[in-house]
Amino acid sequence: MAALLEVDRLSVAFPTATPVRELSFAVERGETLAIVGESGSGKSLTALALMRLLPPAGRIASGSVRFGGEDLARLDERAMRRVRGAEIAMVFQEPMTSLNPLKTLGAQIGEALRLHEGLSRRAARARAIELLDLVRIPEPHRRVDDYPHRLSGGMRQRAMIAIAVACGPRLLIADEPTTALDVTIQAQVLALLDRLRAELSMALLLITHDLGVVAQWADRVIVMYAGAKVEEASPHVLFERPLHPYAKGLLAASPRLETTRHYRDGPLTEIPGSIGSAARERGCAFAPRCPEAVSACRAQVPALTFAGEDRLVACPVALHTESREAPSPSIADAISTSSRRGEVRRPVL
Amino acid sequence: MSIAEAEAVAGGGASERAPLLAVRDLKTHYETADGTLRAVDGVSFELRRGETLGLVGESGCGKSTLGKTLLRLIRPTAGEVRFAGEDLATLDDGRLRKLRPRLQMVFQDPFGSLNPRHTIGEILNGPLIVHGRGTKTERRARIAWMLDKVGLPPDAGGRYPHEFSGGQRQRIGVARALILNPDLVVCDEPVSALDLSIQAQILNLLAALKRELDLSYLFISHDLSVVRYFADRVLVMYLGRIVESGPHDVLWAKPRHPYTQALIAAAPDPSRRRQAAPIAGDLPSARAVPTGCRFHPRCPKATDLCAREEPPLRALGGAEVACHHADA
Repeated sequence: MAALLEVDRLSVAFPTATPVRELSFAVERGETLAIVGESGSGKSLTALALMRLLPPAGRIASGSVRFGGEDLARLDERAMRRVRGAEIAMVFQEPMTSLNPLKTLGAQIGEALRLHEGLSRRAARARAIELLDLVRIPEPHRRVDDYPHRLSGGMRQRAMIAIAVACGPRLLIADEPTTALDVTIQAQVLALLDRLRAELSMALLLITHDLGVVAQWADRVIVMYAGAKVEEASPHVLFERPLHPYAKGLLAASPRLETTRHYRDGPLTEIPGSIGSAARERGCAFAPRCPEAVSACRAQVPALTFAGEDRLVACPVALHTESREAPSPSIADAISTSSRRGEVRRPVL
Repeated sequence: MSIAEAEAVAGGGASERAPLLAVRDLKTHYETADGTLRAVDGVSFELRRGETLGLVGESGCGKSTLGKTLLRLIRPTAGEVRFAGEDLATLDDGRLRKLRPRLQMVFQDPFGSLNPRHTIGEILNGPLIVHGRGTKTERRARIAWMLDKVGLPPDAGGRYPHEFSGGQRQRIGVARALILNPDLVVCDEPVSALDLSIQAQILNLLAALKRELDLSYLFISHDLSVVRYFADRVLVMYLGRIVESGPHDVLWAKPRHPYTQALIAAAPDPSRRRQAAPIAGDLPSARAVPTGCRFHPRCPKATDLCAREEPPLRALGGAEVACHHADA
């Protein structure tokens, strides 16, 4: 069975930049796939491109987004409106800016139900109360008539989630859904998203900068840097043994609650510089900041290559080191799998 | 007066043993249309010379208000803030102004706190002029030295804030806070707006400057892992009060207050796959503070006693805990 969503060599272009370049990935039914990256990585633009909600200056320059037998990249706006909200829904970081302050929660949840499922006003209201209950908003019968400003940040995000799942989408894209929330509320909202994923049989595309969130909640993780995927793995594998120097750097630079590392014992490992200069690079975008870069890195963009089963990395240097330290399982397998998927070029080594 | 002389006068006379800052029963209340907002509601602690004191809590707990009250950017409702033999809470404006150079602040959003129309040189020169430090030549040398110390290129002085990345802007924010050679710097979420790869750069910079310039920090953050790394002692704040405090190794090894335990449990942790949220409910409003222990409506250990009586901070196993049911 084909994946629920298959993104193939997607590029997003603006007049002066291409912030997402040749990005390929798949989301399987019912799984949580995390895209992790810093600002400027292109992770949020990727989400907006999937929803066809790019800002006016941006466009999908190339590539395809296969979903339910259609290419969303080529769908006309009318057809896209049937998909958006019904089949694929999205939750944003700032619930207050995405909720309409002039409409009650009931009206906002009901809107999608009336549009997509043709429910009557009365039926939509009844369903809205059920949905508020589903996302564990207390006293849903009363809350349904409340306006967003009456809710706390955590409750607003719950309301946003209720709107997003109202029509039972098969894919929920959550773009930094808990970044604006406090840690105890963040844990509640992530637990809610995960429960809904299981109960409503939907897949979750979780876009975040938070490695801890990824480690705790994702089935697979894609690390993006300057518009490209640099590594893909299961969180367990990635956190145990990151391969790409950027992924290694991120993990080394993060203070962690579960370690006893303290500033008096020595500095954190830094990634020097900033992402700013990446767009001008001819070769690997990370090369200017990379401690392992060799001259070849600046000549051409490294191809994504299998480094073990279900693991991809776009760094020939890391792969070379890895294969010396612990021979990676069967490059031949990797080649055949990669040509089958049509996603990955021949291993460089 | 030269810069060195001014600093010698401003910094002289403090005993090494006395705490740099001693806060007693500090309260900052606001009168609002919906009633009194008790942002800081009876906080006491000491900050020792040379330490980083971490202040951790969720938004709305009063930690930022506390930081600003200490520097008298906000006037407290009651209580005492002892610093250099004076009580900052009641000090008149003239004497407060003389102490200002010794108490500085680094903000979360470096861009929002830098005047976009001023060059970095002008931004750093301003405080030196206001406080009458040095000649023009001395000030120029001081600015060049400061830029170098925070890792900015020498030509940064002639450029404007928008020409810098987020991480570099925070370096400018640090330079502005340190240009007058303060004793105490309140860092209010200094790395929260920065990307992970930049966070480490700024934390390392703050640590190096602290060592080199003999600084003491009050480090305010909602991010437990950052405080875990950067604080020597930790204060945990909930709804206007300190609920637990202690040396970092004691506090992280054995958190005793149920709220501290909940905060730690709620932080994402790779070893707890898909674990349910540990603590229910929202932070109550500081306008309607619960009776007794402020945490009792959300607390798994709460009893009738907790609803009735507010527990005081008491010494327990090397730390201080405000909980009726905490045990050593």
